[in-house]
Amino acid sequence: MSGSHGPAARLYRPGTSAVHRLPAHCKLVAVLAFVLTVVATPREAVWAFGAYAAFLACVAAVARLPAGFVLRRLVIEVPFVAFAFLLPFIATGPRVEWLGLSLSESGLWGAWNILAKGTLGVAASVLLAATTELRQVLLGLQRLRLPPLLVQIASFMLRYADVIADELTRMRIARESRGFTARGPRHWSVLAKTAGALFIRCYERGERVHLAMLSRGYDGGMPVIDRLTAGGAQWARAAALPVPALVVCVLGWTL
Amino acid sequence: MHVPDGFLDAPVSVATGVVAAGAVAVSLRGARRELDERTAPLAGLVAAFIFAVQMLNFPVAAGTSGHLLGGALATVLVGPYTAVLCLAVVLLMQGLLFADGGLTALGTNITVMGVVTALVALLVFHGLLRVLPRRGGARVPVAVATFAAALVSVPASAIAFTGLYAIGGTADVSLGRVFAAMVGVHVLIGIGEAVITTATVGAVLAVRPDLVRAARSFTRPALVIRGGSGAVTPTPAPEPAAAPARPLRPLWLGGLGVAVVLAAFVSFYASAEPDGLERVATDEGIAEEARAHDLADSPLADYGVRDVDNARLSTGLAGAAGVAVTLAAGSAVFLAVRRRPGGADDATTGTSGRRETVAP
Repeated sequence: MSGSHGPAARLYRPGTSAVHRLPAHCKLVAVLAFVLTVVATPREAVWAFGAYAAFLACVAAVARLPAGFVLRRLVIEVPFVAFAFLLPFIATGPRVEWLGLSLSESGLWGAWNILAKGTLGVAASVLLAATTELRQVLLGLQRLRLPPLLVQIASFMLRYADVIADELTRMRIARESRGFTARGPRHWSVLAKTAGALFIRCYERGERVHLAMLSRGYDGGMPVIDRLTAGGAQWARAAALPVPALVVCVLGWTL
Repeated sequence: MHVPDGFLDAPVSVATGVVAAGAVAVSLRGARRELDERTAPLAGLVAAFIFAVQMLNFPVAAGTSGHLLGGALATVLVGPYTAVLCLAVVLLMQGLLFADGGLTALGTNITVMGVVTALVALLVFHGLLRVLPRRGGARVPVAVATFAAALVSVPASAIAFTGLYAIGGTADVSLGRVFAAMVGVHVLIGIGEAVITTATVGAVLAVRPDLVRAARSFTRPALVIRGGSGAVTPTPAPEPAAAPARPLRPLWLGGLGVAVVLAAFVSFYASAEPDGLERVATDEGIAEEARAHDLADSPLADYGVRDVDNARLSTGLAGAAGVAVTLAAGSAVFLAVRRRPGGADDATTGTSGRRETVAP
């Protein structure tokens, strides 16, 4: 998996910083706690979201992630940014005048709420994915007592995502080298046949993978070779993100 | 499509998280029944398939294109439990690694896009398959049932989202508008999804009919042993036939009838009150009349309702509650049927008796 070059591998940015070296399950817990704290913050406490963004910027700086890399990855949230910009116009409630536009007050707050919390959530996920190897994420999930079968399914999915994506690319090249360009719904049946063929190839590959595993002694569970462990110091370092965030959240409710 | 962080409030996020965890736990047990000990590699590869097929672009018109959501497709191809597992894993990985969909909204995403889609697709598919004439091979009935399942499952998941939004939305958008916009857009998406899903299932059915799990009842293997002297011995059916499925037919018909009535009510509600009408009603002061009408037959009539928006809220809530109750009842019936001793596998696909054909 480490040698792959598909969509999943581009997320990780190798490094040796303190953030990279933290055990994956500590990072998972920290990110989850941070995002929960952000979502629980009242939206009127505008300064609190600035503080959260500053915390994340600190983490990115410690991990030596370039700002451009993180910002480019944030583009994924464009669809719901569009929705957030619509909110002030379609929401109900008292309206305010701004530059000649009649905007709903609660809609403005709603848009701010979604933009701020959504962006912080995406940024936290981006930081996690950029500093943690895929395999480590899976080991971390296993360490956090996610059902082993679920972790196995996820690991097979990630391991073969690039293989299957390559298969899809080869099918596209085969289609195009025969002069096919999909231009509209008239061509859907061809693309659907591609999807059907892809499913059959995936399923049959799954059967072959299972047989190959059986012949290597698979008995329903994967051996855990490198068990993740974390000492108190590492947990304390991981807590450096969510604990200040919790303080800010409490302040946001009380102030 | 994915719900981001901060879209729904904390209680709703936690509640849907619990629902999603329960559904995944049930699916983990169910998937072992669907795939036995091959669960991990096969479900993993099917999850990779869903992940990849969402990257396959279907051009619509004028430079826009859409992609398959895959919930109904997975349900028809690999069965509901494996489908829920695969969708949950795909959503988990998208949330954790690709930042697609919020981490706190993970439960919401799994519930709305995984569980609701799979359940609705399952009920519609098998409900229709019970009713459709079964003569003439698997192609036509499976195509019709797949089309309906994919078509209904997409707006159903939009309705489920609107229901959640009604309870825990963080912005005051009039619920009628959210509902109309969500259902309107998703009916269109559902049509595309239905066309593509039907064609995909048809393609699989043509090559490997045994891989379309929901159509198993049509493709019982007709295995025979041919002796050296030309003697032909039919093999015993792999599993004993289930109890006769006849008594279930009225039940299925009834359930389908309820679903159709509900869908009719929901679509009437959606089309009878377009956005413009609401605006007009408020502007012209006829909201009072509208209130009386709306509440006359609303099951939630005791709620304090002050204007059209709230009336719509109560009706919408009632609608969402109705859908939820129907889904719960339907799945309870399904589970009860499934659990019958001795008929564990046949009950899902509804084979009535074995079919053995002996080649001459």
